[in-house]
Amino acid sequence: MDNLLSIVTFVPLLGAAVLLVFARGDDASAQRNAKWVALITTSAVFLLSLFILAEFDPDNTGMQFVEEREWLLGLQYKMGVDGISVLFVMLTTFMMPLTIAASWDVKHRVKEYMIAFLLLETLMLGVFMALDLVLFYLFFEAGLIPMFLIIGIWGGKNRIYASFKFFLYTFLGSVLMLVAMVAMFADAGTTDIPTLMNHTFASESFSILGVHIVGGLQTLLFLAFFASFAVKMPMWPVHTWLPDAHVQAPTAGSVVLAAILLKMGGYGFLRFSLPMFPIGSEVLSDLVLWMSAIAIVYTSLVALVQEDMKKLIAYSSVAHMGYVTMGIFVVNQQGIDGAIFQMLSHGFISGALFLCVGVIYDRMHTREIDAYGGLVNRMPAYALIFMFFTMANVGLPGTSGFVGEFLTLMGAFQKNTWIAAIATSGVIFSAAYALWLYRRVVMGDLIKESLKTIKDMTVREKWIFAPLVAMTLILGVYPSLITDIIGPSVEALIQNYDTAVAHMADATHAADH
Amino acid sequence: MISADLTIVLPEILLAIYAMVALVGAVYTGKDGLAGLLTWVTSLVFVLMAAWIGLGEGGTQTAFNGMYNDDAFSRFAKVTILLSAAAVLVMGQDYMSRRGILRFEYPLLVALAVVGMMVMVSAGDLMALYMGLELQSLSLYVVASLRRDSVRSTEAGMKYFVLGALSSGLLLYGSSLVYGFAGTTNFAGIIEAVGTGSTPLGLLFGLVFIVSGLAFKVSAVPFHMWTPDVYEGAPTPITAFFATAPKMAAMGLFARVVHDAFGGVVGDWQQIVALLSVLSMYLGAVAAIGQRDIKRLMAYSSIAHMGFALMGLAAGTAFGVQAMLIYMAIYVTMNVGTFAFILSMEKDGMPVSKIDALNMYAKREPGKALAMLILLFSLAGVPPLVGFFGKFYVLRAAYDAGLAWLAVAGVIASVIGAFYYLRLVYFMYFGEEQESLDKNRSPVLGAFLMGSAAVMLFGVINLFGIETLAQVAAAALVN
Repeated sequence: MDNLLSIVTFVPLLGAAVLLVFARGDDASAQRNAKWVALITTSAVFLLSLFILAEFDPDNTGMQFVEEREWLLGLQYKMGVDGISVLFVMLTTFMMPLTIAASWDVKHRVKEYMIAFLLLETLMLGVFMALDLVLFYLFFEAGLIPMFLIIGIWGGKNRIYASFKFFLYTFLGSVLMLVAMVAMFADAGTTDIPTLMNHTFASESFSILGVHIVGGLQTLLFLAFFASFAVKMPMWPVHTWLPDAHVQAPTAGSVVLAAILLKMGGYGFLRFSLPMFPIGSEVLSDLVLWMSAIAIVYTSLVALVQEDMKKLIAYSSVAHMGYVTMGIFVVNQQGIDGAIFQMLSHGFISGALFLCVGVIYDRMHTREIDAYGGLVNRMPAYALIFMFFTMANVGLPGTSGFVGEFLTLMGAFQKNTWIAAIATSGVIFSAAYALWLYRRVVMGDLIKESLKTIKDMTVREKWIFAPLVAMTLILGVYPSLITDIIGPSVEALIQNYDTAVAHMADATHAADH
Repeated sequence: MISADLTIVLPEILLAIYAMVALVGAVYTGKDGLAGLLTWVTSLVFVLMAAWIGLGEGGTQTAFNGMYNDDAFSRFAKVTILLSAAAVLVMGQDYMSRRGILRFEYPLLVALAVVGMMVMVSAGDLMALYMGLELQSLSLYVVASLRRDSVRSTEAGMKYFVLGALSSGLLLYGSSLVYGFAGTTNFAGIIEAVGTGSTPLGLLFGLVFIVSGLAFKVSAVPFHMWTPDVYEGAPTPITAFFATAPKMAAMGLFARVVHDAFGGVVGDWQQIVALLSVLSMYLGAVAAIGQRDIKRLMAYSSIAHMGFALMGLAAGTAFGVQAMLIYMAIYVTMNVGTFAFILSMEKDGMPVSKIDALNMYAKREPGKALAMLILLFSLAGVPPLVGFFGKFYVLRAAYDAGLAWLAVAGVIASVIGAFYYLRLVYFMYFGEEQESLDKNRSPVLGAFLMGSAAVMLFGVINLFGIETLAQVAAAALVN
């Protein structure tokens, strides 16, 4: 199978096209058909993607399964995966059938809903596989369209504001990246990502309008990419679109957003920022580290005072992404391994938490924490599952949440003790808000009249959580499943980075004499 | 010798003869009864003409001692002009006949305007330039006020005429200065007189006046004031025409003048064009936000798009011209589709142009709403739609020419501009349910809307090969 990656990427699009062309009407049977088409398509994609994982060779740090075709303007259609991206592909294909299954109760414009999600899957997979700058940008930006519609059409009360904020915020971030890509194209003469990783962009300092720019072109390019990825990540202080988007999005939209879309920022740092602009990264890494530390503490504190469950989890996502950026920009094996691990594990855990909110939202149609209390009395299974993921979110040893946080903190300690110390305090805060949330929603006496008739989870809901529980546990007790795959690629990345920085240091040293 | 010259301008001559013969014929026979037929025939003539010019032999020829050029550049522009004019004529036919304003003069005036445009993009001399421009403008003034009993329409025509006359005056004044200092009106002569060093002051003045006149025609800020009023006041099919073919012609002429006559002193006009570009992009993006009328909104949108096209021109390179041509071809295609949609907006048989009338349009007409969604995101320049590639080309051209600041300014303007396109999507998809627009069953409008959306969607594969054509065209202009 020579074009395995293209097949995996475009099968969801095919499913969407089938729905668009053949599905007619909006009655119950048409809705059922649309759901089944979407579920079967996404499941098939997951099965197909298992072939990628099976044939992937972790020891080869180059790109694998590469496909290449000519495109316009010297651009190319080039796809491939390496140790860094392959697991994000797997995360996407794994989460999508679950989100479709979690949307089984959507009643309103079901066909369009399923089309939007299938389209989104194609675009997300494309982001992780693209090996051409412009192709990457294409997938990266196009993902805004279905997400904008998902929030805007199927979202909550304040969905218009949230969808516009989401779109414009992320669009503004990424157009600067587009200019940077044009600049790289002009400088290197190619948009081929593997070639660009070995291309050295100029790093001689210069001044623009009297501002002295250390690291020169590399710093500017880094900043342009940073604008995009920091918004996508999202990092403090440009995270404010996320809580709005999460709160207003339908459950499945939140799951995709938290589990996959947020990972694009981290992936971008690893694919572009570190390998292509090592000097720029080195110049600004302290800034990024401090921003991460602030994010971890500040957003954890903000999460403490939230009254909306989804908003609370959204802020906790921002805090957890803080560990990721911290791990990436300390640039050592533990840090980056931990960052990737944290992203994958956060995909499962935060996805599951949003699904947990969805379960009770579907029953009560409110996300107010105050509207709940004592659910354990009527929903024991739910209480158990929610407990499990709350603990995983806190980073209880034995769950995957612990491994990611521990590795990134360990990486940070080697680079900057202060940052690590501050970030570690975030672990305590996260325990505080997560456990308090759990206490207010699940524990206590069931006194609210409206909750007296609430039903426990259905079989379908339990089955959706089963794979997530399994993954969280497996990765928690046997993390080398992941680190074995990403390790060699990360090592190569760090080696290149260190070489470039050392080379730069030598050059400056020589220039001083 | 003269017969060789005539062969080169044969398409223009034939089209002019056709318009005249049809005019006389219609006057002495059925008058407005023939209007419907004439519209279709004129449109067919345009398409045949486009095929003839487009599929004809290549190469560069000049006629009448260099007054008139026939090269890849002019052919690219002419094919775009002819095809878009044909599309717009056919689209508007039903709309106009139902409102009793489908007069037989309309298709013929459009044909004459198109002759003018073809002369414009082929001009090799200030005289030819002015002749083409005036033929085009005079025809357009008349069609703008075609709806004689409507105050809005006559007002639009009047405004357009007064401001258009002013810009023609600027252009003529500039031309006379250039003639005075260069001693010739021929572009080939002017470029020699200008040289490559510093421009003589008089020529520089002439250049500035000519550029101002041209900026008026492409409706670039600060010469854009007529655009919103004319777009809003003119009957919608005519607005659709204004938004497409004349824009391509004016940009083509702009490129011709700055490269053929002033190609040696790129630095002198580059800053002017860059300024026009950045002002247009920002004004177009910001001023459209408050618009409640979709035609006015499209007017500001076209101002912003002209800003991007000028960004390609500002690069002053062959690649810049190529980018501009690609941008314009994409722009014209998008606008044909968008105006097909606007033409189909009716309530109880009356045209509607308020954007809140679109509330929940997607629920009633999912297919058309989806096509419009694609067009809107393409207008906003969001990948993977073709509108993005237009932006990508001009950004690349500007960056390569050392105008990185312009590229950055452009992308930020495009984010601001995205807001109002998104607002249209918001009305169609997220709005409140209300009294619906009429279901428009016109297969012609539907076909253009769907076709244009399909082009935007599938163009991502290879832009339908337009890249190479534009490259050849640009190479013919810039050397």
